[in-house]
Amino acid sequence: MTTPEDGAIKVVPVRHYWQWVGVAVALVLLAMLVNTLFSRVPSGQYVCHAVHGVRQCHQTSEWRFSWNIVFHYFTTSEVLHGLWLTIFLTVVAMVLGISIGVGLAVMRLSSNRLLSVTAWTYTWFFRGTPVIVQLFFWENISILYHTITIGVPFTNITFLHINAVTLFTPTIAAIVALSLNEGAYMSEIARSGLIAVDEGQSEAAMSIGMTRSQTTRLVVLPQAMRVIIPPTGNEVISMLKTSSLASTIGVTEVFGATNNISANNFEIMPLLVVASLWYLIVTTVLSIGQFYLERRFARGALRTPPPTPLQRLRRDARGIASKFRTRRGVVGAAS
Amino acid sequence: MSTPMVEAHDLWKSYAGVEVLKGVTLTVVRGEVTCLIGPSGSGKSTFLRCINHLEKHDAGELRVDGDLVGYELRGGKLYERNDKQICAERAQIGMVFQRFNLFQHLTVLDNITIGQVKVKNVDSEVAKVEARELLARVGLDGKERHYPAQLSGGQQQRVAIARALAMDPKLMLFDEPTSALDPELVGEVLDVMRDLAESGMTMIVVTHEMGFAREVANTVYFLDAGVIEESGTPAEVLGSPKSERLRSFLSKVL
Repeated sequence: MTTPEDGAIKVVPVRHYWQWVGVAVALVLLAMLVNTLFSRVPSGQYVCHAVHGVRQCHQTSEWRFSWNIVFHYFTTSEVLHGLWLTIFLTVVAMVLGISIGVGLAVMRLSSNRLLSVTAWTYTWFFRGTPVIVQLFFWENISILYHTITIGVPFTNITFLHINAVTLFTPTIAAIVALSLNEGAYMSEIARSGLIAVDEGQSEAAMSIGMTRSQTTRLVVLPQAMRVIIPPTGNEVISMLKTSSLASTIGVTEVFGATNNISANNFEIMPLLVVASLWYLIVTTVLSIGQFYLERRFARGALRTPPPTPLQRLRRDARGIASKFRTRRGVVGAAS
Repeated sequence: MSTPMVEAHDLWKSYAGVEVLKGVTLTVVRGEVTCLIGPSGSGKSTFLRCINHLEKHDAGELRVDGDLVGYELRGGKLYERNDKQICAERAQIGMVFQRFNLFQHLTVLDNITIGQVKVKNVDSEVAKVEARELLARVGLDGKERHYPAQLSGGQQQRVAIARALAMDPKLMLFDEPTSALDPELVGEVLDVMRDLAESGMTMIVVTHEMGFAREVANTVYFLDAGVIEESGTPAEVLGSPKSERLRSFLSKVL
């Protein structure tokens, strides 16, 4: 057997021919998409000029997707106000939903049967009815209750007395409906996180004298967060879009706002594009936030945390640079 | 003679109808090291967990430092202690687990200080100084900022010992502290435990390390099927076993 000199053997990587076919197909489809997105169509309007004294007319063209109209409405105050309302609804409903969810999850895992059955029933009810039905329910709650009174049951003692019609404005009704509904979903997510933490962790916490609530707050929940965050990110993005249902009860969040505009000017498609683009932009920002939040709560769970996109870019750049360096080195040695 | 640190009298415990402890009676003298040996399922760990009330015993009497565990005797009636009182009892008893159970989301330093800061309300700077001293004592200075996952099993177990010691316990319980370790890491943990024994700490150690029991223990108890089969000095129990069961157990582990 001959022993090859250093670097004399050429390494031929495995060629993945079907991958190339796949890439080619994907590229063609992408080109078709870009082409149609930025294609122009006849506008049905004609312009005429006099050329050498002869009148010549030709039809003008316009963007198929009416990008000029999209651009025009993209940052109008009506749309921006709607966007703000969408973000407001999402944030408030999620904060309330997460609080309700964590509370329900702790109740559900409690050894007290009454608490766990109560939590289970809540989840059963709110997961079992459509959000849009719940929205209409809360909007019309004043039909059932003209006034809302909080006091001691079976007595005349009251602490709070509010007119339901003035309290349940469309926005309040939307917040109540969305957060109560979200609480049901979040409770299942939080419960899965709490279950995922090893029992030894709470035993160790109790062995140094922590109370039950300290054990949950300081030891179990922070570790459950690692499991809870990815699906919660999903829920936030889902809530961002579900909040558009609030337009059906008269909340002019971004979809409601664009709908109102197109109801007046009949530019239905461009305004749907305006709404879609805003949803995509906010989703992108949220996804980036989720990445960093996940990294934060992965502390201690991984020996080395995954690199941030920036770190990955830098590492790739270094990798490519070093490849060039060695190649030059090999060439230099050969010559 | 002062009161013993732990006194168990006819202690019974069952899980879902299975009797795990069937009348255990033993006494742990202050400042001494007691080793519990026996086959798995014999009730050693359960007994240990009863002492700091991680498990509730069904019958019998269990006293730590003269006080009943989990109950209070007033006017001829036993009153169950509330959560707060049980937590206060536990805070004085250190426990080291087979699987370390370090808080994965906290650094080594925070693992050690959290009990002092949150349970004993010690100032966090004071707790940190003490934690660093403890880390040095278990031979881990310089590891303050590491997370448990970045340490070897032996290092994690030494941090766990430091975490328990930070509460300034009057009694330390060790539940098979070296059973989850690679053989070459067992020694470093046993060294720390040996030092602790020499410093006069009262310790109850559930172990399969017969060498450690022979060298460090004052008293060895052999548990089998929920009953104490034999007890005495290490020389008596390990050197000249009387019962057939202990002889066959020792022939398997030695």
